Amino acid sequence: MQPVIPIIILALPLAMFLFLGLCGHKLSHRMAGILGTAGMGVTMTLAYITAFTYFFSGSPEFIDADAHTRLQAVIFNYDWLAFTPQLVIRLGFLLDPISALLLVVITTISFMVHLYSNGYMRDHHGVWEKGFQRFYAFLSLFSFSMLGLVVATNIFQMYIFWELVGASSYLLIGFYYTKPSAVSASKKAFIVTRFADLGFLLGILVLSFYTGTFNFTDFTSTEVADGVYQISETTSAGIRDLIANSTVPMFMGASVLTWALVLIFIGGMGKSAMLPLHIWLPDAMEGPTPVSALIHAATMVVAGVYLVARLFPLYLMEPAALDIVVVVGALTALYAAMVACTQLDIKRVLAFSTISQIAFMMVSLGVTRPEFHHGVGYMAGMFHLFTHAMFKALLFLCAGALIHAIGSNNYTDMHGLRKYMPITHITFLIGCLAIAGIIPFAGFFSKDEILTATMGYSTVWYIWMSLVAGLTAFYMFRLYYLIFWWKEHKVHEGHPAPHDQPWTMTLPLVILAAISCVAGFVPMGNLVTWNGHEMFDNVNFFTNLSALNWQVAGMSLAIAIVGILVATVMYRKENRYPQMMKQALPRLWDWCFHRFYWDELYQFITHKIIFGCISKPIAWFDRNVVDGTMNAMAFVTQRLSFAIRGLQSGNVQFYVWMYLIGALLLGLITAICLI
Amino acid sequence: MELTILYYLIPSLFMFCCGVYGFVTRRNMIAMLISLELMLNSVDINFVVFNRFLFPGEMEGMFFSLFAIALAAAETALAIAIIINVFRVSENIDVRDVNKMKH
Amino acid sequence: MESVGSIIVYAIITLTIIVCSVLAVTTRKILRAATYLLFALFATAALYFKLDYEFLGAVQIAVYAGGIVVLFVFSILLTSHPGQNSTPLVSRRRFMGLIAAVAMFGVAAWSLISRAELLTATASGDNPVMKEIGEALMGTDHGQYLLPFEAISVLLLACIIGGVVIARKR
Repeated sequence: MQPVIPIIILALPLAMFLFLGLCGHKLSHRMAGILGTAGMGVTMTLAYITAFTYFFSGSPEFIDADAHTRLQAVIFNYDWLAFTPQLVIRLGFLLDPISALLLVVITTISFMVHLYSNGYMRDHHGVWEKGFQRFYAFLSLFSFSMLGLVVATNIFQMYIFWELVGASSYLLIGFYYTKPSAVSASKKAFIVTRFADLGFLLGILVLSFYTGTFNFTDFTSTEVADGVYQISETTSAGIRDLIANSTVPMFMGASVLTWALVLIFIGGMGKSAMLPLHIWLPDAMEGPTPVSALIHAATMVVAGVYLVARLFPLYLMEPAALDIVVVVGALTALYAAMVACTQLDIKRVLAFSTISQIAFMMVSLGVTRPEFHHGVGYMAGMFHLFTHAMFKALLFLCAGALIHAIGSNNYTDMHGLRKYMPITHITFLIGCLAIAGIIPFAGFFSKDEILTATMGYSTVWYIWMSLVAGLTAFYMFRLYYLIFWWKEHKVHEGHPAPHDQPWTMTLPLVILAAISCVAGFVPMGNLVTWNGHEMFDNVNFFTNLSALNWQVAGMSLAIAIVGILVATVMYRKENRYPQMMKQALPRLWDWCFHRFYWDELYQFITHKIIFGCISKPIAWFDRNVVDGTMNAMAFVTQRLSFAIRGLQSGNVQFYVWMYLIGALLLGLITAICLI
Repeated sequence: MELTILYYLIPSLFMFCCGVYGFVTRRNMIAMLISLELMLNSVDINFVVFNRFLFPGEMEGMFFSLFAIALAAAETALAIAIIINVFRVSENIDVRDVNKMKH
Repeated sequence: MESVGSIIVYAIITLTIIVCSVLAVTTRKILRAATYLLFALFATAALYFKLDYEFLGAVQIAVYAGGIVVLFVFSILLTSHPGQNSTPLVSRRRFMGLIAAVAMFGVAAWSLISRAELLTATASGDNPVMKEIGEALMGTDHGQYLLPFEAISVLLLACIIGGVVIARKR
């Protein structure tokens, strides 16, 4: 494949960022919006071409047709910083199943968000939001960074773009920088993820130190022979040494590889908002809603999942690291689902739902074992990443439409909107059905595969995750009923009745809803697998349906329906059940409502322990001892100068006398000493 | 009688001490400058004498003197320019009157 | 062993230096002080000739005696009226100056004489020829002085400019 199209895919958003960022204020608002959207549209088209070429062209560059195995293809790889012959940092374009999949996801969602923002970033009177051009510039920057992240050929390039997405996320969360809450939310997001990135960087250093390479293609060349996972010949010598050599350095009871992988996973935890580094994501909802849809639901937050998937063959060598991934993911999934049941702010509910769904993907990767169903969990995780991006972006954009219409984030101001905003209502319902896992919507297939994979790993976690799936259905439909049903909407005097938004906003909703309906039928098993090996021999539209394990599928469907029914009973009409439930479990409700007091815990640790016990003494030392020494020296010098300044009489001969006496004394001393 | 190095150093030292005496007793700035020249000159003599007696094959002492003479000329020219300037302002070249610049 | 003529020349030079130095700092007429300085400088030049430094002696006469003393005379004539005597010194002041000079002399002479046995070297070596001096001034090797030479020339230039700027009429 010629590198022209991939280069344009990366260069166009960057050029758009530079152009809109530097010259945007010279353009009209409408022009900037159209330009940004058109640029993203072209990028999307090119990304589709690339992905379709990769998946369906059958070129020997991309697929080994005899072995039915998809290959990793490095389209280009420039030496960017060559420090030494060994230490070279390259920038390149790696095409393999997951990067091609992510190209499609990112550009699709990004284009929808670009289009949608044309409507969202202006109010009902058609007045454009202040900094509209800046908004589009940042969106382009984010798209560029995210695309660069997924196509990285080496872990260092990934790290660079990883930081860039963090920076653009910071810029976009703090878009309303006059609002103190937005400023503190952007700082919180940046600091927490940056803190996690420290782990990532340490992991990179440990890994590359022991393996002598940054390249993913060196890390991840693997093969399965006789059903047993093995390292292939093309794997780098450093890794083969690390695995084969039993004397690999151990540190605190774990091998170097485990340490490196766990440290890298910490970076992924930060970006993907896993417990206990999740605290930034709910606050990140202070940003404009399209940003939440793009960055904090569909793309950036799954970077952690993508990272684990990218290094998956390495993780397979250390099942201990994968077990950690499972535990973290499962705990996060349940935690976020419980919290989501009690929040008032619809964006917060969706944020916690996102955390929970990302945790599903993490669990799915963690439970993957090649022995079980050809490693179905990996495929399921990536499948869920794909479907979740579609329906979660849909839900966020619906929430944006609601917020835009009502002017408030809380569902208490909405209630009964189904008659006023029919398009939003239907699309939101489709999104809810998809996330709840109702056949035939997208979420059903991916979630079902995840639960299948989990069952193959451990029954306990299977039950746990099924419970979370039920909770998901419950809280999503609770939200749905509270927004669109519950009681009649009160239209205030003097305010126009809420209505559906302009076509720029509804069109993305409809498109995403359509994708959410059919995305489940994509035969992901033949496209994205952990070792590139195709799962099915013959593929048709109903492949996914016929491959279902009905024992698991029926179970998960039943759980989802139970969740929806409970939500229907409690929230369809105004009644006393929610209040009763709250009173029955006051402690639990309180903890969920306050997100299990994680923010307060962090507040306590940072303010009381770190600031109080470490920073304050250091500040005291600095102020009193370090500064004090300097001040004392200055003070003494000043006093001394005042005391002796009378000697500066201006009388030259007096100086000569002083000099003479000094010289004589010196001469005398030397003369005496030298005798 | 052998003229050793001491026979040259003692007159030079005497010249230097005359310079010191003049410099601390005279009030006239030009007279002070003359004393200064005496001191510089005695130092030049020392350089040359050390060169001739202790390091006969080399020329370092001579060149030191040479450069010192050039420096003395420069310094004198500048000092006299300053003195004339002071004289223009105060009609006087008494060193006790030039302490106004200490502030 | 020095020749008698050499010793006589030495005695004359030394006497001139001592007497002229003393007179230069004690006379009350400033113009006379400059004249005695001139004689002291001539005697120094003679000393250089006696020590076989002919170039240095010539420079001493040309620069010191010819340049600096003339400058002195000009400035004296510019700043004082002819025949005017400086005020007689207060005896306390003279006494203090004397003490300083004698102490100086004492300390230095003592440290010289205490090492007299080390200082028995006699004059040796030849007069450096002009070619050597010129090459040493213009070379950059070890023992050659192009850099100081250039520095001095820049300094002299700065002095000329500085002197003109300071002394010019406003």
